[in-house]
Amino acid sequence: MKKRRFWARFRRNRLAMTGLIMVAASFVISLAAPWLAPYDPNHIDLQAVLLPPCAEHWWGTDPLGRDVLSRIIFGSQVSLKVGFVSVGLATLIGLLVGSLAGFYGGWVDYLLMRLVDLMLCFPSFFLILAVIAVLEPSIWNIMVVIGFTSWMGVARLVRAEFLSLREREFVVAARALGASDLRLIFVHLLPNALAPVMVSATLGVAGAILTESALSFLGLGVQPPTPSWGNILTAGKDNIEIAWWLSFFPGLAILLTVMSYNFLGEGIREAVDPRLKD
Amino acid sequence: MTEILLATYNLCRYFRVAGPWRKGPVLKAVDGVNLTIRAGETLGLVGESGCGKSTLGLLLLALLAPSKGEVRFAGENLHRLPANRLKELRRRMQIIFQDPYSSLNPRMTVRRLLEEPYVIHRLGDKNERRAWVTEILAEVGLGPEHLDRYPHEFSGGQRQRLGIARALALKPELIVADEPVSALDVSIQAQILNLLIQLQNRYQLTYLFISHDLSVVSRLSNRIAVMYLGRIVELGPRAVFAQSGLHPYTTALLSAVPLPDPTRPFQPPHLQGDPPSPIHLPSGCPFHPRCPEARHLQCREEVPQLRGTTTDHWVACHLR
Repeated sequence: MKKRRFWARFRRNRLAMTGLIMVAASFVISLAAPWLAPYDPNHIDLQAVLLPPCAEHWWGTDPLGRDVLSRIIFGSQVSLKVGFVSVGLATLIGLLVGSLAGFYGGWVDYLLMRLVDLMLCFPSFFLILAVIAVLEPSIWNIMVVIGFTSWMGVARLVRAEFLSLREREFVVAARALGASDLRLIFVHLLPNALAPVMVSATLGVAGAILTESALSFLGLGVQPPTPSWGNILTAGKDNIEIAWWLSFFPGLAILLTVMSYNFLGEGIREAVDPRLKD
Repeated sequence: MTEILLATYNLCRYFRVAGPWRKGPVLKAVDGVNLTIRAGETLGLVGESGCGKSTLGLLLLALLAPSKGEVRFAGENLHRLPANRLKELRRRMQIIFQDPYSSLNPRMTVRRLLEEPYVIHRLGDKNERRAWVTEILAEVGLGPEHLDRYPHEFSGGQRQRLGIARALALKPELIVADEPVSALDVSIQAQILNLLIQLQNRYQLTYLFISHDLSVVSRLSNRIAVMYLGRIVELGPRAVFAQSGLHPYTTALLSAVPLPDPTRPFQPPHLQGDPPSPIHLPSGCPFHPRCPEARHLQCREEVPQLRGTTTDHWVACHLR
């Protein structure tokens, strides 16, 4: 893919640009959290319990009097970390499994793809729940478990790309030159198979953020007092009749973030799709 | 008699259609081929699409493992060699492909593309490689200004020149040219053919020239092999193909070559129908269902073997 043409096509897509800008903004927010947040996210102020949005607390306070806006700003760090680390792990596993299966074919392919089928049989959220229940819930465990349960899509994508690429004449030509298997995989096959992986990884970040929120909401994710969008929602659930802001703002943050990654992923997909004309 | 560079003995390649897990019908892409390529010659290989020409080419270069039989390059059985010895031999044999759009890695610049052969075989240092690449580029009619461009910035003919340059980089002895001009405009075809002839003279190359176009093949081949459904049905020096007494299939192919003579009356094609499926080969001579001359019972029952008729001319037909 030609970089300049990719960018030209991407830039014309308004949704994709919106997604990109919002993703960039979420990066800035989480990196600059200590300077952006108006309060310490863990500062308990029993004089200011469950305040509705007001001039001092724009997004209100929770039952312990902590500032919701500050907690959401710091919570974005968790979401971002989980999103990128677990998707990075899933992508690495998927690339490895998919390359081996697609390159060597035969029995290797057969066994690895049956492993993929097996992993896809488990309802992955309950698998994650079970694993987290055994291990202790922590942000690192969550990232690893999400990573280990979401690599199958990438593996299938990479395998399919390899199956079609390995018959291409430039790959056969490299073989005729005497290229080693590693060289064929890393120089000739992988770089040409990465575009769909990029798309799926971007969409995967959205999925991982959702999973982390759900786990934290159930109390099996990031443990209080560390703020995460999921565990702020838990407090919201207990007070939903008297404090709508406790559910509304973290929900909005999750919605906007997930949506922006989806827009971005779709935008990349459309920009690299050779079937779409300029 | 010149030295034999490459020889095949009863070379076969079968494909199982249903995949490796279930037993399915077997496709005999190459079936019992005995062929020799002499150092310095151009051997033309013609046949219809799907007759196994390309599969044979891949087998000869050990890019595909044979189901039966062997390939000997300079006396060594290619498919029994340890990996490092095979890699050494790969320097001596290269391939040029038909489709110039899929034969070059779209993510590599011309420089990386042409340096790759030297990188793989650990030849030369950085400066030497640069010099060699520039040299080889000039050899195929391109200049150093093309070094940092990507394949998509070139025309079909230029890309084919790049493919030839890559094949030439290691100074091989044998080049398998698999339909190297079929995807190009007629005007470009002549340029590429001339380039191939010129390079052959300069480097004493041996070519296996694969094509479905008999007129192209006869222009630069010393000997021609005709392939039908995985078998060689006729093999002989180019001059033989101007005579009569050929395999009926060859006669049909020759009659299909268009002659640029408007006064010549239109002749209906000699051959009817498509070749039979290589999965269900006809009994006896594989050509008999389409052969205008097949009357004998023998044609339907017995597979004809290649037999020498005159010196150096071989035909697989019961009637010749």
